[in-house]
Amino acid sequence: MAHHTDALLSIKRINKEFSGVLVLNDINVDINGGEVFGILGENGAGKSTLLKIICGVYTPTSGTITLKGTPVSITSPMKAKRLGISMIPQEFNLIPTLTVFENIFLGSEIKNGALLNKKAMREKTSSLLAELKTELSPDALIVNLSVAEKQMVEIAKALVHESDILIMDEPTTVLTSVEIAVLFDLIARLKEKNVTILFISHKLNEVKNICDRILVLRDGDQISVNDIDEVDEQDMARKMVGRELSQVFPDKSVPEDEEVLRVENLSDLKLLKNISFSLNKGELLGFSGLIGAGRTELAECIMGLRPRSSGDIFVKGEQAQIDSPLDALDYKLAYLSEDRKGKGLLMSFGIPENISLISLAKYTNLFINKKKVQQSTDGYIEKFDIKAASLKAELDYFSGGNQQKVYLSKWMDTDPSILVLDEPTRGIDVNAKREIYHFINSLVTQGVSCILISSELEELIGLCTRILVMREGRITAEMTGEHINEEEIMFSAAGVKDMNQTTKEETSEIL
Amino acid sequence: MKSYSFEDIKRIDYSKYAPLFALVILIILSALASEHFLKFRNITNILRQVSYTGTIALGMTFVIVAAGIDLSVGSMVALVGVLAIYLMNYLGTSVFAVVAAVFVAILVGSLCGAVNGLIVTRGKITSFIATLATMSIFRSLTLYVSEAGEVISHNDIYPEIGGGYFLNIPYPVLIFLGLAVFFHFLLNNTAFGRHVCAVGANRQVAIYSAIKVRWVTFMTFVISGFTVGVTAILLSSRLNSVSPGDAGIFYELDAIAAVVIGGTPLAGGKGTIWGTVIGAIILGIINNMLNMLGVSPYLQGTVKGLIILIAVLAQYKSN
Ligand SMILES: Nc1ncnc2c1ncn2[C@@H]1O[C@H](COP(=O)(O)OP(=O)(O)OP(=O)(O)O)[C@@H](O)[C@H]1O
Ligand SMILES: [Mg+2]
Repeated sequence: MAHHTDALLSIKRINKEFSGVLVLNDINVDINGGEVFGILGENGAGKSTLLKIICGVYTPTSGTITLKGTPVSITSPMKAKRLGISMIPQEFNLIPTLTVFENIFLGSEIKNGALLNKKAMREKTSSLLAELKTELSPDALIVNLSVAEKQMVEIAKALVHESDILIMDEPTTVLTSVEIAVLFDLIARLKEKNVTILFISHKLNEVKNICDRILVLRDGDQISVNDIDEVDEQDMARKMVGRELSQVFPDKSVPEDEEVLRVENLSDLKLLKNISFSLNKGELLGFSGLIGAGRTELAECIMGLRPRSSGDIFVKGEQAQIDSPLDALDYKLAYLSEDRKGKGLLMSFGIPENISLISLAKYTNLFINKKKVQQSTDGYIEKFDIKAASLKAELDYFSGGNQQKVYLSKWMDTDPSILVLDEPTRGIDVNAKREIYHFINSLVTQGVSCILISSELEELIGLCTRILVMREGRITAEMTGEHINEEEIMFSAAGVKDMNQTTKEETSEIL
Repeated sequence: MKSYSFEDIKRIDYSKYAPLFALVILIILSALASEHFLKFRNITNILRQVSYTGTIALGMTFVIVAAGIDLSVGSMVALVGVLAIYLMNYLGTSVFAVVAAVFVAILVGSLCGAVNGLIVTRGKITSFIATLATMSIFRSLTLYVSEAGEVISHNDIYPEIGGGYFLNIPYPVLIFLGLAVFFHFLLNNTAFGRHVCAVGANRQVAIYSAIKVRWVTFMTFVISGFTVGVTAILLSSRLNSVSPGDAGIFYELDAIAAVVIGGTPLAGGKGTIWGTVIGAIILGIINNMLNMLGVSPYLQGTVKGLIILIAVLAQYKSN
């Protein structure tokens, strides 16, 4: 960066309004060739909007973009691609009924005259996936993939164009540390090839690790542009939120002795093998593991969303017959899925319709009492500080983090006593994360029992009183209290210590 | 950041009230084109014409909002009509015979709908294919049962249902509008209606939200069958007969057209009953005007087709 000449991409006086609401206000930045440029801000600060303007999804209300010295008007994603800009979007944009390679080459198919050259596309896809160290078949159908796998496909899809500027909107939220390491490796290699990367993440340590410079946005205003050496994570958080952030993780509360959930020898048809564990009242139990370890599958089995081949579930000491989510609801179980858009929220509906969807009976006697629904919705909007340009709009128009808050509200409205949270802080900013941590903790102190599935070790370690590690459908380790240890979790998750005597002992202890 | 601007209002209201605007414009144009158009008698005639497929369109709205389609309604009208008249003729000429026929018609209609619903939910066959098959089956059963001959009612009270008036308004119109009000509340204000929308908007989310997706889908077909039962009575009592080969032909198209013109997207997830009512009336007025203006009946299908295209294009634009 010592003697850079003119900036590669220069953004001048960019404003963006949605239905009269200003979501970006006078943004001015110069981005240099070959740098990793981070963009930080709270949920709804306008990060995605800024990047969508750069890659042609939105057009700015005013302002200019200059690429390599020439002013450009980027009117569509197609045009952006031609200019050498591609994007990994925050929300998946894959066609579920098509295969991996068909999605990767969607709109830029390799052809042999009039026919598709499937062989070439498959080969290219394989090599891209190999570069991403993903064991995915090019012919796998998107519907059958987990969110992490979908994310890897999105990354491959953006790489196929070999662009000069690669935009990554929260690429790491659904990935575990292993895939993240692969991604960062890739970013380093791209950087060597002088590719410029625009990177959004709510994980500040990541930003600190891989970015060269960062831009902080707050409520659509540009707060600062800094070299990464000038700021630490604390500074970043302070700039984003506009004030000092106090204690991120609450003090852990002590679970009661009463057992509320016991799972015995649970297996499913594919992955899970003899899972046994128990959960006490007011306990916050963490589940760690890599992608494909079976944590989500386990949660779905417990919720009656997935058939079990064997095993029993006991709720408050009584054997529970859970064959559908409706049964699970009767036992006051709740499950916040990791796939917010595909399984969690009706994106074409508004907030009240979503929040009341499961708990509708509460508001209905013959007719739905819409006023009552609105009242409790307002309560959640205030409690979780849900923000949007228009709160009456459909969820499609909400920022990712705010959608997540609506999803949490939706399950809280069922008044659960056992809450299974699958990546609950996915895409949530530091401040909201802190609020959600404190909220979960307050639930736990009130006697709600909680299972937390998370790929963020820091989160598990900061919140949970006990952690179970899963690998390939089995529980491979259990750690409690001060024995919780980051390295140990990683080893058990990856299976490095599988032959190790201590792990074996721990395992047999659990089973 | 709360604020509702002019653009907001434009975005929401335009797409939602487009069918209503279209209806108003059509009424004004029709009134200008023909002095007879606004006469009470003409209006009630249009509404009577509309009430047959309009009633079916009400049921069809539920099916389409749940992201399904029911192609079998036309054949079902014939089947139900024939069975109802057979039963009535068998029971004699009493009021009881009429009541029994009405009851059985609605029951058989609902059962036919249930068959569709079972094939779709249990057989896991897409509704388009499932009802395409039952469309053929229902028609063929009708022809078989009636030996392809016209089935005529021998009951003098029966025609009163389709031909009678209350306060100068034909019964079928009252029944159509009454059902519309009932279904409006069912779709808009009950948990069931909300679940129908959820299933259509995203099945997977509905499953994860502890909604009985199969049951809800099944019920939309039963509702569709129920409305077919009602129409079968209205139609056969008006004509005092059913001709098994022709009765209900193309009703599925008119019903689907009414739903789509009324602003319900074929992809499902949302929709309104009043939109469907307006869609049905728009189709009725167009038929009426084309007749009054002496346009060849052969061309009327073209006009109807164009109207459907315009309605769908308008939806595209507003999304
Ligand atoms: N298409 C749209 N129509 C209307 N408002 C929108 C639209 N897209 C975004 N917004 C609004 O613009 C604001 C900024 O949204 P944006 O998605 O850029 O936030 P973000 O910084 O990416 O947040 P997150 O971290 O939650 O992803 C939000 O208030 C959002 O509600
Ligand atoms: Mg975003």
